[in-house]
Amino acid sequence: MKNAWWKVLTVVLLLYTVVMGLLGHAPRLAILNETIRNLYFHVPMWFGMTIILFASVVYSVRYLRKPSDRLDVLAHHTAVTGIVMACLGLATGSIWARYTWGTWWTADPRLNGAAVAVMIYGAYLVLRSSITDEQQRARISAVYNIFAFCAAIPLLFILPRLTDSLHPGAGGNPGFSKYDLDNNMRLVFYPAVIAWTLLGVWITNVSVRLALVKHKLYEKQLA
Amino acid sequence: MQLLREIWYLMQKDFRLEWRQRAALNGMLLYVGSTVYVCYLSFVRGGQLPAPAWNALLWVILLFAAINAVGKSFLQESRGRLLYYYTLVRPEAMILAKIAYNVLLLLGLSLLAFGAYAVVLGNPVQDVPRFVLVVALGAVGFATALTLISGIAAKAANSNTLMPILGFPVVIPILLQLIKAAKNALDGLDASPQPLYMLGGLSLLVVAVSYLLYPFLWRT
Repeated sequence: MKNAWWKVLTVVLLLYTVVMGLLGHAPRLAILNETIRNLYFHVPMWFGMTIILFASVVYSVRYLRKPSDRLDVLAHHTAVTGIVMACLGLATGSIWARYTWGTWWTADPRLNGAAVAVMIYGAYLVLRSSITDEQQRARISAVYNIFAFCAAIPLLFILPRLTDSLHPGAGGNPGFSKYDLDNNMRLVFYPAVIAWTLLGVWITNVSVRLALVKHKLYEKQLA
Repeated sequence: MQLLREIWYLMQKDFRLEWRQRAALNGMLLYVGSTVYVCYLSFVRGGQLPAPAWNALLWVILLFAAINAVGKSFLQESRGRLLYYYTLVRPEAMILAKIAYNVLLLLGLSLLAFGAYAVVLGNPVQDVPRFVLVVALGAVGFATALTLISGIAAKAANSNTLMPILGFPVVIPILLQLIKAAKNALDGLDASPQPLYMLGGLSLLVVAVSYLLYPFLWRT
């Protein structure tokens, strides 16, 4: 139980986010109205996804420097968790866009970036499943992970800032931080970021442990 | 210096191989020719295509020609030959030579495709020199981004289907910039060089990452 404090923290923060996010005070703004509450769900999910996918790349780099089974499993499962969070982020963003922009999807630079991020990690999983040799799989997929991440980063973070965009925070649309984030919202937003990121870490933690146990069992059967 | 010399020899070897077994080269030329002709057949009754459709079709043709051309750059090397290179050159020379070779190959192929396309489907481009520059930068971008991908795909089991799957996410940032720059040159408006700088920067970044990562791929 000693090491479980952060799991308790995750649950408490998530409960706080959901309750305060739905019941707390939110400024009244034209068009956005109550949908501004998506700030507590959609934005932190993307934050969490970015952090977790970055962790996946870091594990891949560490794998190439010093190969080990554990690092490969970590890189794989952080990527899977990242995809899950990306899907959640896409879903929440899509629903939000339906009620504020009037459409589920537009060809917006930021949305394209999101789609590409999901495609990269989809391709990463396909690549993993098409190589049978374990060590080769680990090394080649690590190379692809790093390469794709480096090639797509400009799209995700730089392009939306250079071009016009419907998305808040770009192209003349003020980001939430400009006037929507009064101090009441900050009180929920920052805990929400921590909560969703920790949830991602927790999911990864469980799936990595399961994968490592399976590995051990497999090796025992072989022996 | 040693590195440059190795790159030079490897490139020479690639060109010579390409020239001797002309099947691949002719295949690519025929691919470009037949896609352009199919486009012509489908649009011949509609009169001049609207500019955005013209632009989109051209980039679809160029993208697939690039994926086909670059995709085989590592596939054609047999396992034994790769082992032989392993004893002769360093991996950095290998990947840089492949990138340089693909850049030259795609430059020729894309300019040819653009020429054929413009002749057959009409040429609505207002600013031709700038458009040619964009096509050339596109060839460089595709070649740099896809070379390492083809090396990765060659290691996997079903590499022919894997190549586009792995390549598309990496190519899309380049393609977005290209279509924007091409549209500007097409309309003859907005001569801002920003998308061109972005393209050059992306290509440099991709070459640098390939240079760093290929030695790890090579060892398997």
